[in-house]
Amino acid sequence: MDQRKCECGHTNPVGTLLCESCGKPLNVEVYEQTAFPDMRYEGMARRSQTYTKKWIDRIWNYFSSVKIAIGIIIVILVASAVGTIFPQQQYIPVPVPTEADVARFYTDTYGVLGTVYYGLGFHNLYSSWWFVTLLVLLGTSLVICSLDRVIPLYKALSKPRLNQHKSFLKGQKLFAEGELAPDVDQAELLDSSALALKKKGYRIFRAERAIMAEKGRFSRWGPYVNHIGLILFLIGVLMRNIPGFYMDEFVWVREGQTVAIPDTPYYIKSENYHTEYWSEEEMPAKLELNGGVIPKSFQTDAILYVNKNAEVPGKKPDLIEVQKGPIIVNHPMMEGDLAIYQSGVQEMQLGALNFVLVDVKQGNKELGPIKIDLYNPAAEQEIAAGIKVRVLDYFPDFVMGKDGKPATQTNLPKNPMVALEIADESTNQNEKLVYLQGSVLTQKSDGRFGLVFKKPDLIDISGLNVRIDKAVPLIYFGAFIFMIGVVMGFFWQHRRVWVQTQEGTVLLAAHTNKNWFGLRREVDGLVEQLKLPVTVEEKTKA
Amino acid sequence: MNKTNRTYVRVAVLGLLLVALVFALYSSFVKDPNAVKVGGDAPNFSLEQLNGPELALDDLKGKGVVLNFWGTWCEPCKKEMPALQEQYNKFKDKGLVVVGVNIGEAPVAVEPFVKQFGVDFPILLDRQSQITKLYRIGPIPTTFFIAPDGEVKEIFIGQLNEAMIADKMSKILPK
Repeated sequence: MDQRKCECGHTNPVGTLLCESCGKPLNVEVYEQTAFPDMRYEGMARRSQTYTKKWIDRIWNYFSSVKIAIGIIIVILVASAVGTIFPQQQYIPVPVPTEADVARFYTDTYGVLGTVYYGLGFHNLYSSWWFVTLLVLLGTSLVICSLDRVIPLYKALSKPRLNQHKSFLKGQKLFAEGELAPDVDQAELLDSSALALKKKGYRIFRAERAIMAEKGRFSRWGPYVNHIGLILFLIGVLMRNIPGFYMDEFVWVREGQTVAIPDTPYYIKSENYHTEYWSEEEMPAKLELNGGVIPKSFQTDAILYVNKNAEVPGKKPDLIEVQKGPIIVNHPMMEGDLAIYQSGVQEMQLGALNFVLVDVKQGNKELGPIKIDLYNPAAEQEIAAGIKVRVLDYFPDFVMGKDGKPATQTNLPKNPMVALEIADESTNQNEKLVYLQGSVLTQKSDGRFGLVFKKPDLIDISGLNVRIDKAVPLIYFGAFIFMIGVVMGFFWQHRRVWVQTQEGTVLLAAHTNKNWFGLRREVDGLVEQLKLPVTVEEKTKA
Repeated sequence: MNKTNRTYVRVAVLGLLLVALVFALYSSFVKDPNAVKVGGDAPNFSLEQLNGPELALDDLKGKGVVLNFWGTWCEPCKKEMPALQEQYNKFKDKGLVVVGVNIGEAPVAVEPFVKQFGVDFPILLDRQSQITKLYRIGPIPTTFFIAPDGEVKEIFIGQLNEAMIADKMSKILPK
């Protein structure tokens, strides 16, 4: 038996609390007024309660439960909280190049708990399979809970019940009943009530012996609208996993250098980097800076190129300029979906060493300048007629190796050592010089050539964050819809007032989903205006 | 809505959500779909050679390729280099080539190193570490053993000795 008959003759689906036709509570117990059904879904049967025979319905019913939804939310909350106990993988302070290193880091640093943490995937929480599953389950629950409630609610609200059963009216929190004097024109009483309520902005539904006044019905859709927003938001987050939708890269570019942006056909060149500082006059008050400065802006003047030769990575690029302009913090360079942000800098880094070659034997006569580009030293350069300088050895980050031979620690010019050979072809002279740590070592104590130091080229290296996020419009749109839903639900109330006349009595009842105080004032105003012979009682629900 | 329609709607909604679940799970398991994997194809690239013309990986199809990423600052690379050269000498007539990819160094830094170890297999200069990123190189040396048809047979991170190199090379020789 999946239907139940009301005494008015209407058959209702199982789970219905208030008769769909006359509004009479269907459970015997609810004659006790304290146990009057919750008006949240108008006493309609939740759709899932209706049929439970097929397996598909069972799954549906499971997700339709708000208890399950709350359970999922709590599990997600707890998991997110646990995910903050130890650092996420991306914040590990030491390099962990392989997965084994990551595992070892958690075990070595945090012991058994760390092992468990890593084993359960808490180190990469947002992309761990079970966290992602929980998010999709939450989405499922959102969709099904909403569908299951909004449809019956819509049906109930779009067919307003006018001739409500007396017990429905009596069950409302605001209820009043009074004897009418025999000479009162009942139709006129209802008409004037309708008029008074209409002035208050109510929409009036009229039957022969009853009126129902309603306003702010749309606020009932607020929660469902904000669920739609949440679902769009979740879809947006999920879309980031579609190839090409999301990219987050970081590139370092030296002034004057052109580098490829990984996974795109683009190259970027830094023409100049500049940090601007606040001047004293611009500061609002005297600050005790003690000679310090406060940066105002960080700016890279960049040129963006597209590579026409991009099919084969590494192949000599064929670059065409697409864009030129400044990249400032919070003002990225945009090219289609690609956004390039200023997000780091290493200032005043060694770029090139400058010397002047001198002839010691001729009273330090200047022979010519030598420039050693530390990122790409020329193998040979002609300084003056017949005088050539060759780079024999170059160690950008010099260290004396364990085998006693010079070596380099990295490929960055942090501590450059250069071995030079200077050849004068006219005299067939050959001398070797080594530059290291601000001094020059010569091969012979009485050599002919010497080096005079000049100011080295110092360059700034810009750190640029390159991002593509095609899901952003959808995520913002979802957030916007969510906000609309919240506003709908919070700032408006669904108020209804019923007035009925029954055999010499007048019945008055009112309901709102929030702000009872406001409703009470409107009802009191109505009673006063029409001089209704009733006292409004406001029940507190158990 | 009648009962059959209701079932269809429920199947459709749950089906869509199931697709979303499968997609979400797939993308959480396959974190980097472009990573070079054993059993997958080695992505083609082209780089300038130290003292030679540009060389593309595809030009070496039909030969077994040992792709070794190294730098002069890396001690294990130094120790491995003579072993690679030794095995290259043994296998080069059997259709095998060793290609060294130097990571981001200037030719004047690379050349003395190569001479010091008597390396005569092609050395490519990845000046901007573009190919290093493409192949997701973490610690070096990292060595890829690529079959004549371009399939990656093995990826080895760390220093190789002669016996290991010989064993792995013999598995990627052309038939």
